[in-house]
Amino acid sequence: MHHEEQHISKAFDRDLEAIQAQIMKMGGLVEAAIVDAAESLAMRDEDLAKKVVDGDKVIDELDFTVNEEAARTLAIRQPSAFDLRTVLSVIKISNNLERIGDYSKNMAKRTGVLVQMSPIEETGPAIRRMARAVEVMLKDALDAYVQRDPELAEDVRQRDLEVDQMYNSLFRNFLTYMMEDPRNITACMHLHFIAKNIERMGDHVTAIAEQVIYLSTGHIPEDPRPKGDRTAFETTGGH
Amino acid sequence: MNDMRPLERIVDTDTVKISARNVQVHYGETHAIKDVDVDLEANTVTAFIGPSGCGKSSFLRCLNRMNDTIDICRVQGDILLDGEDIYDKRVDPVQLRAKVGMVFQKPNPFPKSIYDNIAYGPRIHGLARNKSELDEIVEKSLRRGAIWDEVKDRLDAPGTGLSGGQQQRLCIARAVATEPEVLLMDEPCSALDPIATAQVEELIDELRQNFSVVIVTHSMQQAARVSQKTAFFHLGHLVEHGETGEIFTNPRDPRTESYITGRIG
Repeated sequence: MHHEEQHISKAFDRDLEAIQAQIMKMGGLVEAAIVDAAESLAMRDEDLAKKVVDGDKVIDELDFTVNEEAARTLAIRQPSAFDLRTVLSVIKISNNLERIGDYSKNMAKRTGVLVQMSPIEETGPAIRRMARAVEVMLKDALDAYVQRDPELAEDVRQRDLEVDQMYNSLFRNFLTYMMEDPRNITACMHLHFIAKNIERMGDHVTAIAEQVIYLSTGHIPEDPRPKGDRTAFETTGGH
Repeated sequence: MNDMRPLERIVDTDTVKISARNVQVHYGETHAIKDVDVDLEANTVTAFIGPSGCGKSSFLRCLNRMNDTIDICRVQGDILLDGEDIYDKRVDPVQLRAKVGMVFQKPNPFPKSIYDNIAYGPRIHGLARNKSELDEIVEKSLRRGAIWDEVKDRLDAPGTGLSGGQQQRLCIARAVATEPEVLLMDEPCSALDPIATAQVEELIDELRQNFSVVIVTHSMQQAARVSQKTAFFHLGHLVEHGETGEIFTNPRDPRTESYITGRIG
């Protein structure tokens, strides 16, 4: 495609490539953080949880660097058209990755608390499945970014529905556990925040997929994406 | 969604000022402009961009028949100003150029006083009945050219004694003195420093209230800053013409994209 041609200024090409390499590096770290955080919860592995908490610093630093480099490119190169969309999209993608990193860190922190309590049956693997689904979405969104593939990005966007449904189902499970035995409440509250955070990660991945669509086509998708999170309307007495 | 854009970026008129259809320009054997169709709106700044030799200046010069002065130049097709064919035999090119003024790349003040530089056009077109009317036109034009405050105390000084940026604003003031409807500018800022450039750009934006402005520029940033519409020329073709923001964020044609992003196209 035309934007794969080189710039007359080779330094401009190098700058854009360097920023995008940082995004990919960040993406790899964030994918690992999601998987490790969920794994540490399922396996009650405190060391792995600590690794996730400590690793978030690097993700934050990369976000800072990407923003700085993007600002510098805007100031020096005054990019336009596809180049402009590239710079705008790296800023947003970096921001969304940073937030996903924060949620992973939060999940790992809560794991540190949860390992002190007796486990709630079956929730660890269910949360791990949900986290895994988000991680695969993120991987695909980043692949779509590298390949400038708006169709794959749209597919990712649609898949967020599945994550929302997993969250709904967990939400109802937690309610049930808490009603069954009030001693479950503390653990279930933590687990619920974890599930909610993973659901939010899915929204951030969706935002990344939308940036890929904007980057490739010049338009942000306008159709409302399917919303699966119905818990805002959920009650305990509505059966 | 579009309604939420800052208001001043929206072109508030769709009145066509100049309409070109199937325009061809030959210089001898060279086919410089090929099948150009375009509508230029009133009260709008339109930027012509494109690599050197793409035909943008040639096309600009068709709009007030400046190409008539070149013997080997042949212009075909229709160019209508307010619906009237400007190449009609009954049209006097001198009258046409009073309506369609021009500012050139290099400031070219007459070797006369500042006052006479401005007064020259209104005099030959008989726009003033007496000295005080002429004084008024001179002051108003110099104010429109954003140079009045700098020259009001030395109107008798030679125009050529001004700085480059001042000379260019003097030339713009001279061009607006005959109350043109369209102002053509061929790289008006290429010989100016950034401050003088900013002043001329601010001026262009003000002139848009009263005139249609067509500007040829090699500076992408300038085109993006001053215009509401942008037209991209390449090898004699008008490749793309559209809203400036759209052209610079999401051009439709790959040739436009390659050119504005500085790629080998």
